Amino acid sequence: MTVSVEEPTTAAPLVRLTDAGKNYGNILALQGVTLEVSGGEVTCVLGDNGAGKSTLIKIIAGLHQHSEGTYEVEGQPVRFTSPREALNHGIATVYQDLAVVPLMPVWRNFFLGNEVRKGPRMDIAFMRGTTKKELLDMGIDLRDVDQPIGTLSGGERQCVAISRAVYFGAKVLILDEPTAALGVKQSGVVLKYILQARERGLGVVFITHNPHHAYPVGDRFLLLKRGRVLGYYRKNEVTRDELTGLMAGGTELEELSHELEATGGAAAAAAHVLEEEVHELGIGHGAPGAQ
Amino acid sequence: MSQTVEVKPPPARDERIARRSPVARLLTRPEVGALLGAIVIYIVFFVVAPPFREPSSLSSVLYVSSTYGIPAVAVALLMIGGEFDLSAGVAVTSSALVASMFSYQFTANMWVGVVVSLVVALAIGFINGYLVVKTGIPSFLVTLGTFFMLRGLNLALTKQITGNVGTNDVSNIQGFASAQKVFASTFNIGGVSIRITLLWWILFVIIATWVLLRTHFGNWIFAVGGSAPSSRAVGVPVNKVKIGLFMAVGFMAWFTGMHILFAFNTVQSGIGIGNEFIYIVAAVVGGCLLTGGYGSVIGAAIGAFIFGMANQGIVYAGWNPDWFYFFLGALLLGAILLNNLVRKRAEAMR
Repeated sequence: MTVSVEEPTTAAPLVRLTDAGKNYGNILALQGVTLEVSGGEVTCVLGDNGAGKSTLIKIIAGLHQHSEGTYEVEGQPVRFTSPREALNHGIATVYQDLAVVPLMPVWRNFFLGNEVRKGPRMDIAFMRGTTKKELLDMGIDLRDVDQPIGTLSGGERQCVAISRAVYFGAKVLILDEPTAALGVKQSGVVLKYILQARERGLGVVFITHNPHHAYPVGDRFLLLKRGRVLGYYRKNEVTRDELTGLMAGGTELEELSHELEATGGAAAAAAHVLEEEVHELGIGHGAPGAQ
Repeated sequence: MSQTVEVKPPPARDERIARRSPVARLLTRPEVGALLGAIVIYIVFFVVAPPFREPSSLSSVLYVSSTYGIPAVAVALLMIGGEFDLSAGVAVTSSALVASMFSYQFTANMWVGVVVSLVVALAIGFINGYLVVKTGIPSFLVTLGTFFMLRGLNLALTKQITGNVGTNDVSNIQGFASAQKVFASTFNIGGVSIRITLLWWILFVIIATWVLLRTHFGNWIFAVGGSAPSSRAVGVPVNKVKIGLFMAVGFMAWFTGMHILFAFNTVQSGIGIGNEFIYIVAAVVGGCLLTGGYGSVIGAAIGAFIFGMANQGIVYAGWNPDWFYFFLGALLLGAILLNNLVRKRAEAMR
């Protein structure tokens, strides 16, 4: 398995969507998305629940096909019919559930679907050793690659999934809410791996609803809301607070604050905190993201 | 990172892992509960039933075990792959009926009937698998449907064709002798007669275990049973694996059917009903998780051996055979409980 990561030879970005959209029958799940992912760059896709983030990654990952616009990989228009096809183009997706089989050992999960064969059988010694080494490169020192992957912590599992995608020659990594279920420290670890992947020259699409996670690692930010693009910025065009404000959707936040105030008691205190945050952000409306 | 990268062997021992005794490591195997259960049951019958101690008794216990153990090999693989097959018991009978009636009616060489029967058995497996993966209906229901359909077909077609509930004797048909050698012969080792199904059973268990633990296909079996969506996402052909497993059950059902045909020369169309549960129970007693993703073929073989011991041991012990199914149920329940207990212990030890 060759895993060398090369600089893109063409000037075209690794992944480019132009005015891409997706309908499910008469439901417009996604409309007019334009997005570029280049090697050595992290593109963050931000949006609340139902914003169309999942639809977007499903299109890029080959699970669904776009119904409008174009999707190009390294300048070539594509229309993937399966995740396997996307993988063959170097686009690997690390899903929220990580696509791991909890009862199976770490090394079997690492090579699942890409087993190294030696004649009719698997080269188990090579796969064990490689798993151990690849994880060590990512900074995870596993006690035992034979332990079921379900026994690892959430952050460790995430990193196994990421290093697996990197090992198998991914040029573009799509990370679906990798920090959603993690604590502060574990999230930090995952963010570190995202930066490491960027250093290696990979294009990363980082999906999240937390601007505090997105801003430090992102180079571009795509904001989605109700299936439409709310904004597409380079890092120098936007501040974290603006991002946060956009994410939260100012007016809705204020409404929530009023509702809470009306309830009285502890809720009113929470409303007060919210208002203070809005004030601190100094953008008239907005508050921290959903977390 | 490229092909030329030398993978350094990981350090032989990680200081964070406490040394585990070989016994503790053995206890984490899925089949260990069944093994302990088998030993207990063996000792019980050895003590209470003097005839059980004869080598010839062991031989007949192993024979009975093999006739259930052969289909249980594939049923265990299927269960590890996350599916059930309730039609396996009657598919055995269907296979035997097809081979017998085809060769008899068309006055064809016995081997032609054997091959036609194989095609039919694989087709039954394929249909089961195809319906399960295409409709997404639980295999329990799909194969419950095919179970009843095959049961009806076995009886109706046999009556239609032979005018009887059983098939005609095929022992005079050309090719019968050689087929019998393959599927139903007996030979002597040290004065003990051994049925050839025992050897086939051992061979199938070895092959299936090797496939399961040492090949990529085995990796896929564990994966599709453990989490089909995850397997699909990393490119495992989930549907093909599952259909393949159903066809493997078809193959083993065919093999068992051939044994029955060549051991008895005629086939009664109503037999085989209920055996599907014994195959499933053998797999579960052997440590296969009902939900898939975990288990062992060796365990299923031990499960079949437990069934064989109970089946024959009660006779040797001189107990009233009316109680057989009660004892069987109790034994199996006990084995499953023991199995669960051991597995929980073992998991806590990790």
